[in-house]
Order: sequence, then structure tokens, then C-alpha cells
Amino acid sequence: MEKHEGFMKALKCRECGREYPLGATHVCEFDFGPLEVAYDYERISKTLTRTAIEARPRTMWRYRELLPIAGEPTVGLQVGYTPLVKADRLAKHLGIRELWIKNDAVNYPTLSFKDRVVSVALSRSQELGFKTVACASTGNLANSVAANAASAGLKSYVFIPSDLELGKVVNSLVYGANVIGIKGHYDEVNRLCAEIAGKFGWAFVNVNMRPYYAEGSKSMGFEICEQLGWRTPQHTVVPMASGSLLTKIHKSYQEFAKLGLVKESSWHIHGAQATGCNPISQAEKAGMDFFKPVKPNTIAKSLAIGTPADGFYALKVMKETGGHADDVSDDEVREGIRMLAECEGIFAETAGGVTVSVAKKLIASGKIPASDSAVLCITGNGLKTLEAMTGHVGQTCEIRPSLREFEAMLKDEEKVAVTA
Amino acid sequence: MPTKVRIPTPLRQLTGGEELVTVTAANVGAAIAEMQAKYPGIKDRLLDDKGEVRRFVNVYVNEEDIRFLQNQATLLKDGDEISIIPAIAGG
Repeated sequence: MEKHEGFMKALKCRECGREYPLGATHVCEFDFGPLEVAYDYERISKTLTRTAIEARPRTMWRYRELLPIAGEPTVGLQVGYTPLVKADRLAKHLGIRELWIKNDAVNYPTLSFKDRVVSVALSRSQELGFKTVACASTGNLANSVAANAASAGLKSYVFIPSDLELGKVVNSLVYGANVIGIKGHYDEVNRLCAEIAGKFGWAFVNVNMRPYYAEGSKSMGFEICEQLGWRTPQHTVVPMASGSLLTKIHKSYQEFAKLGLVKESSWHIHGAQATGCNPISQAEKAGMDFFKPVKPNTIAKSLAIGTPADGFYALKVMKETGGHADDVSDDEVREGIRMLAECEGIFAETAGGVTVSVAKKLIASGKIPASDSAVLCITGNGLKTLEAMTGHVGQTCEIRPSLREFEAMLKDEEKVAVTA
Repeated sequence: MPTKVRIPTPLRQLTGGEELVTVTAANVGAAIAEMQAKYPGIKDRLLDDKGEVRRFVNVYVNEEDIRFLQNQATLLKDGDEISIIPAIAGG
């Protein structure tokens, strides 16, 4: 069991603590609990210092010791280190002293935070000798697996609900991936993939590669700390689908604190969902430590997971850190997208609208005090979910190429502005 | 009333490698008891010490999660299919 690979020691069950070798496996054979990578933190602390990190290239791999691969990364070398934007105009709008946007809408190469998890999962898949990679996806993950597999010369199969936004479908097909549209919602895609993963010898990034895959999300939290000047934020608002990202952001702050890279301090992690798929937020608001699965119905399709695998742990993290959850309607999702776009010039996908509008609610209710500072995690790009905003934004003013018509148009607008 | 049960990889050691087994019980709870008689140890893997389905185990009857049906009291009829699947991550 104690055959270390890189800085990894073993896979360990989060429920019962049983240990497993570092292979392509994701559940404990005993109680089906999720397996997680265990690290040798003592060795990590010897090489991972602020000075060492600052001297490395500006990608997520600058925290390489805390990411679960044995050797050097081979896939997604340019991923991460996305901007942390100080959002003064949005802060004013939401009524909070200080606000930051961690903008993974411009992550490389497929414009979502999924490039973080996929580069880890595929680098590890190569180490374990896989030639075919696959995933169950609500869209962003499919895009990222398709693109990163193409660049690594791996064959890929991506499974998605057949009713996804066109942008997300084309964005997988273009890389030559095998795209399989399942007539059902994500939880059904997931169930099928769990069955398929047991049958074929493929690396399913979010099934048998999940222990490695999920760790990639920590890099978003590491970057937030470093970009804030080596400190943890007071509040972090994270969108929740399976709940995995939220738990990994928390873990990233814990690991940085443990290694002395940031000062020990308290932080609050809050979770955001859409009302049309709110199993975790519903449970948090009711003070329960378990959730009831739901059938999703929301425009925030990337968050539409009715049976969230990490829901239990997400609830635990929010409770332990004094964080809260809330959920918002489809109209509020669109309003959130508009607020972020109009105040900060950032066009997020529907999950981003969820995060902004939930943050607004948490600030208004005092659950995030107005005198505090918060980071909002924006995980995907609005260009991929244009359907959600079409017909809900202003419209083009069409005129002939004539100065007179333009001036007439401006005059009309002024009239509107005066009477409005 | 034969019902087919799909056995996930982690449990196949207990079923001698079988991925599909047959039960005749009238509901899901009884089907688990029946499997326990045939494949000792399987119940402990599926149920916690209070007799509830474990947190990270999902049980489906004809592709519907039993938590949307009547949990372990969900009735089974001829030709139904049970799937046992570990919870997996998103997105």
C-alpha cells in the first residue's frame, strides 16, 4: 500500500479510512464511500514555498506538489491562473465593502473551470496507460475532455443529456470527440456512465478517475489565495452541481494553511444553486445534514444535478465554516448574468448568474455582512449558453448607413431617456 | 416473480463475478435480504447499521431512484430490473 507516487501516498476512503493503491478506482469496495488522494505533506512542505511558487510559470501547475500526478504534467500545461478581478462596481451594486471575481470564464482552453480537473485527470490517465478517455457531462466537462484529449492524441467519448445548449454540443464535436446524447437528464447520463465505466477499460474522468480529477479544482482556491496576496478570503461563494468544487475550495484553503503558505484564519464558504435544482441548498436552509434528490428543471443546466454525489460533504463544509446556501429563480439567474456583465464587463454562463444572484441574496440577508470582503467563483463562459439570454437583453437598433437616421435615432433615445 | 439485479464492480467479488443476478422477492428490502442469503456479506455493503441504504449507494428500479419511489418498500414485479450504483461526481 505504501508505494508512494510523486507526493501521493494512497487512495483513502472518506467514510471508513480504508486505503487502496493509486489506480483507476473511485469507490471503497466496502461502503461505496468516495476515495480521495492522501498526500505526504511533510515532503511537500520542503519544496512548496511562496518563493518557489512565485518563480514558476503562471499556470495551475505552479502548485504541482498538491496535484495528484506522479511525474510531470503531460496534458493541459497552460491551464489556470485566471484573473482575480476587483469588482468595485458590482460591490457597490450588491452593497458589500469589497468584492472579487475569480474569472474562470476565460480559463484555457475551453473557457470553464473544468479545464483544471481535466488536465489533472488526463495527465494521470496517461500515467496509468489509458488510450481512451470519457466523461458524463452537463456540457463544460465534455468540451474540456474533447479538447484536451485531442491535444494529447487520446480517443474520447463524451456523454451528455441530448437537450444541451447548441454551443456546448458544437464545442465538443469540433474536436473530433465521439459525442453521445442521452435522452434523459444528467443523473440518468451519470447512471449509464457508471455502468459503462465498469465494462470498458476507459479512463472515465469523473467516474473511475474521480479521485484525481476532483483534486484539480483545488487549484482555483490556491490561485485565489495567492492572488489576494497570500491570504484566504473572508467569504467565498461557489456554485454547486455535485458540490465537489465547494469542498475542494475549502480543502485548498486548509492545505495552504497547513503548509504555512497563508495565515491560519477563519473563512466562510457559501453555496449557490438554482431553485429548479436545489437539493443541497434546500437541505442547508432546513438545517439538515442530508439532502433529498430532486428532478432538475432550470436554465442553469451546468448545475442540474439532482443527486449530487458530494452534497453531503458540501453541507458539512458550509456548516463547519459558518457558510450558507441559497437558490435563485431562472429570472434571477438572468439578472445575475446581466449585473456581472453591466458592472464588470464579464459575460458568465448561467451558473455565474446563479452565483451572483445568490451572493446578492446572502448579502441582503446579512449572511454575508456588508462590511466584509467576498470572492465569487465564476466557472463558465456566457458564450456557451446564449440561449438563456436571447430575448432577455436589449436589441440592436437597425438603421440605414445615413448620418441623418443615426441622429434621429439618438434623438428618439433621448426622448425615451427623458420620459423614462 | 423474477427480478434482475445489476451488480456493480465493487460487489462482484461477493457474487462470484456475476454482474446480473436474479431474485424473486416482492420488494427491494426483501430482495436485499434474499441476496444476503445467497451472497453473504452483501447486505452490510448496501445498508448501514440502522438498516438504511448507505449514503453513497444509489438503488434504481427500472431506472428510477428508489428514493423517488417507496425506498426499500418499493414493490417489484415480474421483469423489473434493479441497478445498484455508487454516487458519482458532476458536471
